[in-house]
Amino acid sequence: MVGIVGYGAYIPRNRIKVEEIAKVWGADAPSYKRGLQLREKSVPSPDQDTITMSVEATKNALKRAEIDPQDIGAVYIGSESHPYAVKPSGTVLAEAIGATPDCHCADYEFACKAGSEGMFVAMSLVKAGEMKYALGIGADTSQGAPGDALEYSASAGAAAFIFGKENVLAECLYTHSWMTDTPDFWRREHQFYPSHGGRFTGEPAYFRTIMGCAKALLEKSKMKPEDFAYAVFHQPNGKFPMTVGKRIGFKTEQMEQGWLCPTLGNTYSGASPIGLTSILDVAKPGDLIFMVSYGSGAGSDGFIFKATDKLPGVQNKAVHTRAMLDSERRKYLDYGTYSKFRGKIKLRGE
Amino acid sequence: MRDVAVIGVGMNKWGELWEIAIRDLLAESALLALDDAGIDSVEAMYIGCMTSGLFTDQEHLGSMGPDYSGICPVPGTRVESACASGGAAFRAAFMHVASGMGDIVMAAGVEKMTDVDGGGATFALATAADQEYEVYNGITFPGLYAMMANHHMNKYGTTRDQLAQVSVKNHANGFNNELAQFRMKLTLDQVKNSVMVADPMTLLDCSPITDGSAAVILCSLDKAKELTKKRLVKVIGSGHASDTIQLAQRENLSYLKSTELAAKQALDMAGKKITDIDFAEVHDCFSIAEIMVIEALGIAEVGKGGPATMDGVTAFDGKFPVNPSGGLKSKGHPVGATGVAQIVELTKQIRGDLDKNRQLKKADIGLAQNMGGSGASSVVHILEGV
Amino acid sequence: MSAPKYWREMAQRYRFEAVKCKKCGRVLFPPRLVCPACKSREFENTRINDKGTIETYTIVRIPPSQFTDEAPYPVAIVNMGDNVRVLCQVADCEPEELKIGMPVRLEFRKIQQEGSSGILAYGYKCVPE
Ligand SMILES: CC(C)(COP(=O)(O)OP(=O)(O)OC[C@H]1O[C@@H](n2cnc3c(N)ncnc32)[C@H](O)[C@@H]1OP(=O)(O)O)[C@@H](O)C(=O)NCCC(=O)NCCS
Ligand SMILES: [Zn+2]
Repeated sequence: MVGIVGYGAYIPRNRIKVEEIAKVWGADAPSYKRGLQLREKSVPSPDQDTITMSVEATKNALKRAEIDPQDIGAVYIGSESHPYAVKPSGTVLAEAIGATPDCHCADYEFACKAGSEGMFVAMSLVKAGEMKYALGIGADTSQGAPGDALEYSASAGAAAFIFGKENVLAECLYTHSWMTDTPDFWRREHQFYPSHGGRFTGEPAYFRTIMGCAKALLEKSKMKPEDFAYAVFHQPNGKFPMTVGKRIGFKTEQMEQGWLCPTLGNTYSGASPIGLTSILDVAKPGDLIFMVSYGSGAGSDGFIFKATDKLPGVQNKAVHTRAMLDSERRKYLDYGTYSKFRGKIKLRGE
Repeated sequence: MRDVAVIGVGMNKWGELWEIAIRDLLAESALLALDDAGIDSVEAMYIGCMTSGLFTDQEHLGSMGPDYSGICPVPGTRVESACASGGAAFRAAFMHVASGMGDIVMAAGVEKMTDVDGGGATFALATAADQEYEVYNGITFPGLYAMMANHHMNKYGTTRDQLAQVSVKNHANGFNNELAQFRMKLTLDQVKNSVMVADPMTLLDCSPITDGSAAVILCSLDKAKELTKKRLVKVIGSGHASDTIQLAQRENLSYLKSTELAAKQALDMAGKKITDIDFAEVHDCFSIAEIMVIEALGIAEVGKGGPATMDGVTAFDGKFPVNPSGGLKSKGHPVGATGVAQIVELTKQIRGDLDKNRQLKKADIGLAQNMGGSGASSVVHILEGV
Repeated sequence: MSAPKYWREMAQRYRFEAVKCKKCGRVLFPPRLVCPACKSREFENTRINDKGTIETYTIVRIPPSQFTDEAPYPVAIVNMGDNVRVLCQVADCEPEELKIGMPVRLEFRKIQQEGSSGILAYGYKCVPE
């Protein structure tokens, strides 16, 4: 049996409300809240980035896996905000968790599906018998250009999954990847903010790709939406994942547990993976979980997991994702502080 | 070991000295000390300086000092122990003469701090702390002493007013010292309400950034009797001790063990008890520092340095005057020069050289305490008029 | 920030690696060549806890040049048990929340960065538990 043997998430403490951003740009906050179902989003502190959040998420995963980090044969961080353009994020992570030096490492990048790519490869290597454990992470501290629609959603968070064959918490039953060349969202070399194709990011990109992947995965597994206890999709805003899920045939109740976007924002590579951690926090033995990520450009990775009887025993060994999301220690930033934290203010000498 | 006396002292006004470079800043005091001793050269020169490299890009003061003081080819040695560099240079010169290696030796100290901006000065001073485990994490010197202050307040009940009283007292003393950098009287409220530097230390709890130097001439006592008609000021005790460079690794975070040990050595050597001492110049780099120093010296009981200060024990006319010069707080703190300037003050007080409003009533035996880092090194000297 | 200077401290900054004196049991962080308590030079590897309590603190408002953008920030000395104390920044904490005796946990954070082109320097900060 191959599957997840440890999982963990990390969500920073800072938040900014949609109203606070809208106020600065003269935009209509209620329409964002209603239309895109976004209320607030997480914001990293200046001392947090993809690497630090990956480390903390992995520490939570290790608390649940209770394995020797030296047995981790590969670390893959998927992100579109790797702090270095050249020099891996994964080496820092591997060093911090004590997985060096006998370890394979690569940083993944495929817009918002880099995290699920890391998971996919980590799982496959374990399945192939190449290594005992492999670590796949989705993490981002994404930026939207000031005033752009993306600024209301681009947020920060990380999710880490350790794959293995012993003491599996959620067995990986099926996977499927689906991709085409669809330029709906991109960032050119040396550009600080990404660009996007507006409404082109919707039907021909997000919806077509996720639907394509989900359909193939259901056919492959010969399962139907009603067989699943939970489903989670990439969530660039609050509206898209619910819409796509319903089109595939899922009901709100199946999707709510992994639907974090309204108060978390879009954590890009972390989005569906963090949603999955929230599901694993509560899933019961035997529950089937359906996950499809999405990365612009464009592609989807789909997974079907089945919770085992080992899962309930580890759920409380690390902090629950919803507890971080709804933490009493959330701190609401004003737009000025948020801009300072995110490096949006042009400083002298830069 | 031979008896050693101080026969000449030199110091100019301290402050922001824009016009003078480190070479002449050091030479000024050296020349004043030579003149005061009535001689034109010495056999060796020790120079206390913490970090002329970071402050002015200039190292190799061991050459520059003798060169610009007009005493080339006398050997020069730079001595560094952070803010205790001056005290350590004086001790090196003392040992040079006491050992019989030479008869007349100069100890000087200098720091030229205003060629860099505030951030640069804070950075340079922080090199006295552990770079990898303290400074790496963003701590500053005012920050380290502020943590000691919080600890002291929590452990012993020391109050904000008691801390501020150190600054009030030292500024009252420095007001009369024409060489001091900041000659203004302060009130408790002014100290407490000045800009916060590192909670609870405000700007007026801190010693300033200062350009300055000081120099003294040490001579074997026998030779001194031939050379000078002034009252001879004998070095009767010298002590020097270290502590962990990291504050976090000390047993008690607000007790200065190195000062206690250095003082014990110096007192033992002098055959004196702290109660035999008439006055002291101590290292009040921050208000809390003076409170901890008087506790480690035994002038106040441990934990009672605050109330003792409030009760006036250490005031100019108190039972045990501390920092009659104004201390680092008012006189200024050009780090490498401070320890030597303390000897200058002790000598002047013991010789009775000072104006009426500056001269202590009884000043026959004085103690100088100079420390580096967060108390990671301490130097104590005791001088007596003979 | 010099890369070798940063690199050689990684085991301590990333993983809290310490040594324990084989003779007297004293835990040393960072490791040393000789035990200051008993002079023994034999050690075994260990790690310090990631949980502790604040023993004293301050808020740095006038920072050294490389921390200008961060100020003001709290710094604390944290007792990690086993007679080990570390000095670090306190993250995710409002100044008025700081208290001596407060329980904290170490988290992995970015500590410094050199301009927009130098290396990124990571390490630990404590956060309220
Ligand atoms: C306390 C400290 C941070 C203040 O620096 P700063 O904020 O840059 O202060 P500024 O230079 O802007 O000075 C502001 C004003 O206060 C005065 N001032 C500065 N430091 C002062 C002090 N310690 N005492 C009294 N006045 C002071 C300045 O002259 C200036 O007055 P002005 O406006 O009338 O000209 C700095 O003096 C310091 O770092 N001191 C500690 C030095 C130290 O650590 N020494 C080693 C100890 S072992
Ligand atoms: Zn030992």
